[in-house]
Amino acid sequence: MPSNLTSSQLVALRCVLDRVIPGDDLTPGAGEAGGAEYIDRLLGAFNFDPPQIWAGGPTSGRRGGAAAFDHWIEMGEWEKLAWRTRIDQWSLVYEAGLLALGDDFVELSPDQQTERLKQTSTEFRSVLYEHGCESLYGDPIYGGNRDAKAWQAIDYRGDVQPEGYTDQEVSAP
Amino acid sequence: MTGSVTGNDCDVVVIGSGPGGATAAHILSSAGWNVIVLEKGRNHLLELTEPYGPMGHFSNDEIKFTRRHFLGPDPITEPRTFRRSESDGDRFLTGHVNSLPSTVGGGGVHADGKLPRFREVDFSLRSELGGVEGADVVDWPLEYSDLEPYYAEAEELVGVAGEAGNPFAAWRSSPYPMPPGADMYGSLLSGAAALRHGLHPYRAPTGANSVPYDGRPACNNCGFCAFYGCPIEAKGDPVALLRRALNTGRCQIIPEAYVHEITTDTSGKKATGVRYLDLRAPVDNPGGPPVHEIRSDYVVLAGGAFETPRLLLRNGLGNSSGLVGRNLMFHFQTMVAGGFPDRLWGASRGRSVTHLHDDHIVGDKAQDVAASGAGLPWLRGGIVEHGGAAGPILESLSYGSNQHHAASMRASALRERLWVFTMQGEDLAQPNNRIDLDPSVRDAWGFASGRVTYRPHRHEIATSDHVAPILESVLRDAGAEWTAVSTSPPTNENDPHPAMGHAPVSYHIMGTARMGDSPESSVVDPSGRLWDIDNVIVADSSVFPTSTGYGPTLSLVALAARATRLAVGDPLPSTAPAKP
Repeated sequence: MPSNLTSSQLVALRCVLDRVIPGDDLTPGAGEAGGAEYIDRLLGAFNFDPPQIWAGGPTSGRRGGAAAFDHWIEMGEWEKLAWRTRIDQWSLVYEAGLLALGDDFVELSPDQQTERLKQTSTEFRSVLYEHGCESLYGDPIYGGNRDAKAWQAIDYRGDVQPEGYTDQEVSAP
Repeated sequence: MTGSVTGNDCDVVVIGSGPGGATAAHILSSAGWNVIVLEKGRNHLLELTEPYGPMGHFSNDEIKFTRRHFLGPDPITEPRTFRRSESDGDRFLTGHVNSLPSTVGGGGVHADGKLPRFREVDFSLRSELGGVEGADVVDWPLEYSDLEPYYAEAEELVGVAGEAGNPFAAWRSSPYPMPPGADMYGSLLSGAAALRHGLHPYRAPTGANSVPYDGRPACNNCGFCAFYGCPIEAKGDPVALLRRALNTGRCQIIPEAYVHEITTDTSGKKATGVRYLDLRAPVDNPGGPPVHEIRSDYVVLAGGAFETPRLLLRNGLGNSSGLVGRNLMFHFQTMVAGGFPDRLWGASRGRSVTHLHDDHIVGDKAQDVAASGAGLPWLRGGIVEHGGAAGPILESLSYGSNQHHAASMRASALRERLWVFTMQGEDLAQPNNRIDLDPSVRDAWGFASGRVTYRPHRHEIATSDHVAPILESVLRDAGAEWTAVSTSPPTNENDPHPAMGHAPVSYHIMGTARMGDSPESSVVDPSGRLWDIDNVIVADSSVFPTSTGYGPTLSLVALAARATRLAVGDPLPSTAPAKP
């Protein structure tokens, strides 16, 4: 799979994501769960045709039905323009943020990592956090939430079509 | 190309494929007219070739629907601007401002389909309750009884599940076409508490099938309702109407067709058709997107209460009254959240909202006292939706980066243990609240962006201040350990970081081409046509003279059905209350 980020950038991202949205005994951290791969796939969405922005539907296959989420949806011409613009902006933010974290980030102590993170831009921390949340609790098709472990930790089934829930599960759970 | 539509000529062009445009397309094509629907957004709703089946694009996917602008409009290509008043300068913020979906099916796609009717008094506030200083409270140019047959038709067409459980509801000529769907557990708790407080909760009329209906299956409670397209077509709005229109063989839907001009004859009093940009062409097409022209006898304008006035203002049409874009109304949203000790499962199961109560619309002595205290003649709130919270990504974002993030998510105080009352408060019309053209911000195609200038009347704030503590005490009685109130827009506009942002987040947007009895005081006549150009029918919530406290969709569908049935000379007969 073509990657947008270098392997050392991916390692640093994994590490910083686990600092920003840490895991514990029951829930994986955002990096551990594939957050770096999520960001890499987002920044590299246009390496694919159709671009990997919107997963397909109507079902993932986890609850029956076809495994259709990897049939990525075609984008309109102007949607592609908007998304290329957005991704270009994010790429710059990540480049600058990873540069500020430094090549030695993964080797630092937790306290030093926290200090180094404070030296990055507010924009970087904000984008990183948002993408970290999306990756950890979004559908695994986007590259994060590996093996849906974060969903299992919060007792969340994610997509449930075509199975759905019974009336009893809604009214008297 | 389908059916007998030939070339670029047709009887009517419908601008916009949301609930209003879809209704118009259905009524007009069923009456034998050749219809072309132009939709600026993309199509994810249904195949445009027979048998017009689902495209399979909708799914239970929080990223796609809530994080990645899947239903449009994308604020990069279609920015909008907002300011509270002229004292904010040209604009206060730019980007995502109340962006209802721009896609085939429009706002119907993402709504969870709570479809109440208005009440009799809503059509005559001015004469029954009187005016309010600083607001332009008016009567509608029609009465509830004029609209009742069309409400009944709208409920049949969309497929509304409900029951006669609301003691304040207006009269009906026929029962709901389907019984209500499954009650959400949280609403059983909040509903019981509401009853104990003397309120009158009822099962919300909902445009989601409770049983198989019109060839579509019953809702299976997947929990991805508000903000999501329905993967199984259990939500009837708007797929039912568009599919019916296509099945006549006389309707064509063209997505990615951005109408930038309504053309007129030399008198300027007759529309001759439209011009639109074909957004399917590559973005580097020399000279910009190709322009196509369609000539038609009628134009139905159904772009929604944001885009409809924007198009009219850009074209300088329909505005002899000077009222196009003015009297913009949003529902003033008061959100009262309660944290419960145990899981309610409201964020992941069911139809997002299954119960409502109308008591704060109807009012009582205490509400009258609150009105007097605020120096106002009356207060009118809105429906209170008893509902669950949103998905795990949204919850995750709300905790911020900290060591306890994982534990917070498992405890789920802000998702599965949260229950929320949302009041859709009546917003009084004010001429200075309006949509106009931003003086310098433009969309990707060079057209001036729509700009919202909006500040709530003190009526809305006084009503919210009165009702919020009542809702908090109901939630506590239901078992909530804590409660919190937020509003949109903020009651204190000097708050630098209001919880819901500065611009109104309600997608209930109304009033920018108000309907009335005279061309001096309104944009649209009582039959739904522009006073200035009588072959242009406006078929969306921009025609609302008042906002009421009810969701606008069913009423705009009923009005669109009425306007188009009048145009084809096939109005529905008068109705009478059904015998109990």
